[in-house]
Amino acid sequence: MLELDVTRQLGDLTLAASLTAPEQGVTALFGESGSGKTSLLRLMAGLDRPDRGVIRLDGETLVDTGRGVWVPPHRRRLGVVFQEARLFPHYRVRGNLRYALHASMQGEFERIVALLGIGHLLDRMPGSLSGGEARRVSIGRALLSGPRLLLMDEPLTGLDGARKQELLDYIARLAREVEIPIIFVSHDTDELMAVATRLALVEQGRIIASGELDDMLARLDLSDQLGGFEASSRLHAVLGQPEPDHRLIRAQLADGQQLLLPADAGAPGEAIALRIRVRDVALALEAPRHTSFRNLLAATIEAHDAERERPTVELTLRIGSERLRSRVTRHAFDELGLCRGQAVVAMIRSVSLSTSGRAQRQDVMD
Amino acid sequence: MLTPLESEALLISLRVAGVAVGAILVPGVAVAWLLARFEFPGKSLLDGLVHLPLVLPPVVVGYLLLVTLGRNGVIGQWLQAWFHFSLPFSWQGAALAGGVMAFPLLVRAVRLSLEAVDPGLEAAARTLGANRLRVLMTITLPLALPGIITGAVLAFARALSEFGATMTFASNIPGETRTLPLALYSLIQMPGSEAAAARLCAISIVVAMISLMASEALARRTRRRMAPRDR
Repeated sequence: MLELDVTRQLGDLTLAASLTAPEQGVTALFGESGSGKTSLLRLMAGLDRPDRGVIRLDGETLVDTGRGVWVPPHRRRLGVVFQEARLFPHYRVRGNLRYALHASMQGEFERIVALLGIGHLLDRMPGSLSGGEARRVSIGRALLSGPRLLLMDEPLTGLDGARKQELLDYIARLAREVEIPIIFVSHDTDELMAVATRLALVEQGRIIASGELDDMLARLDLSDQLGGFEASSRLHAVLGQPEPDHRLIRAQLADGQQLLLPADAGAPGEAIALRIRVRDVALALEAPRHTSFRNLLAATIEAHDAERERPTVELTLRIGSERLRSRVTRHAFDELGLCRGQAVVAMIRSVSLSTSGRAQRQDVMD
Repeated sequence: MLTPLESEALLISLRVAGVAVGAILVPGVAVAWLLARFEFPGKSLLDGLVHLPLVLPPVVVGYLLLVTLGRNGVIGQWLQAWFHFSLPFSWQGAALAGGVMAFPLLVRAVRLSLEAVDPGLEAAARTLGANRLRVLMTITLPLALPGIITGAVLAFARALSEFGATMTFASNIPGETRTLPLALYSLIQMPGSEAAAARLCAISIVVAMISLMASEALARRTRRRMAPRDR
């Protein structure tokens, strides 16, 4: 477990953050550029010193300015994946991977190389790698140093769409298969949804909220931070019977309701996460009879922010034990007379899938 | 091909310059590293001190060496008493004079190439568990190697051509401290030896050219080792 409570003056920005990250899972540090995410990560890695504060990892004190404790970066056993790959240009890929090969990871070399798909690159010089390949090697190098915690600083920056998706898939798979907690710095909601299990929101050098990703996504008071055009929430489902006639497959939610997804969403029995953008969830008071929407879910309005004088209203819907976010115009909200506790039908236009095979994919699901 | 006098001067020159560079290489790289990577009180003083031989008349440097390391000098006295060893009027003294004069050139070249090494790579190595020494030996120095080679050759050429400080500190003793430039000077002093002087001059040019070309080839080879070759 990582515990951190630090302050550091960075020009005009006062970094004053406290954060706890669990032993498992991916904690995303999410915020705008310049909010202090990377500076926080550098403090954890030991590349900068806090003016005041304490950092502990698994009970070991790494920094305690009050007691004069300072563990230098090379003794922290943290893996850092920087924005740029930072491969050593004078070593081959193999040399880069072996640079910090930890005794405990000796037997893992082949597995990590296979996991990241970099086996065919081992004898190449870093200068000849593409951006995505270099990032993967860089992730492998950090993993093979046997870290207690992996810090990733916007590792997808500067990659084009397809490469980004590919690397995101690798990171998502890594997060599931490697039992090392990950701190993932990002300002991109897509990345966040694809890999994070926990979320810490960074604003103006402070961590203004943190918690489980799904809980954070359901919080209306964080709409300003998480509520852009791409704002989303997630539902979890298990794939059931395929419907070969319509190239579809059924997915069952925890409360028994079903969704229809494209047949290639996965195999029957597979657990999946569905990312649903708030703008893709329409509301009706009762199920419409003639409609192109296939995915209609019975839901209850749990909360809304109509008291904020805006043209759109954000709503949190409860579906069994899960929560779904929706955004409707104030006009519709008033005309339908929506209120807390009311039963509604959520009509889902499209979902993004997040399965073990890939991080996510957009599907229109009328 | 070479007369005995010429080969003697050439050999002394090569030995003096070689020993000079060998002696200043490690301290030169160390000082360049300090100046390139650290902030400390007295940094500009050290920087100035290192560059002093570049701007002082070489005779002044030779004189200062004589005052400190001569038989009656502060350090020279001590050397004489304990080791029965004296630097002035010996080829080792000539090497020292050449080394001191070449030092700033070495430090400048190495410092530039060290500053060109991305500190991000060093930080990455640190997070991978490498202490400062390992980072220096495995990342910083290998990446700065082309610059270090260039600096060493520059220093070698400077020590080879050193005249004023050598003349003042080590004197012009045939077979001991008479390097190529000093031999050339002696010939110019003697009427009727224009042809011999021209030959020495040609030898100097050839030696300088060979060392410059060798350094270029070496630096290119080092750089190619790191460049992408299989795109």
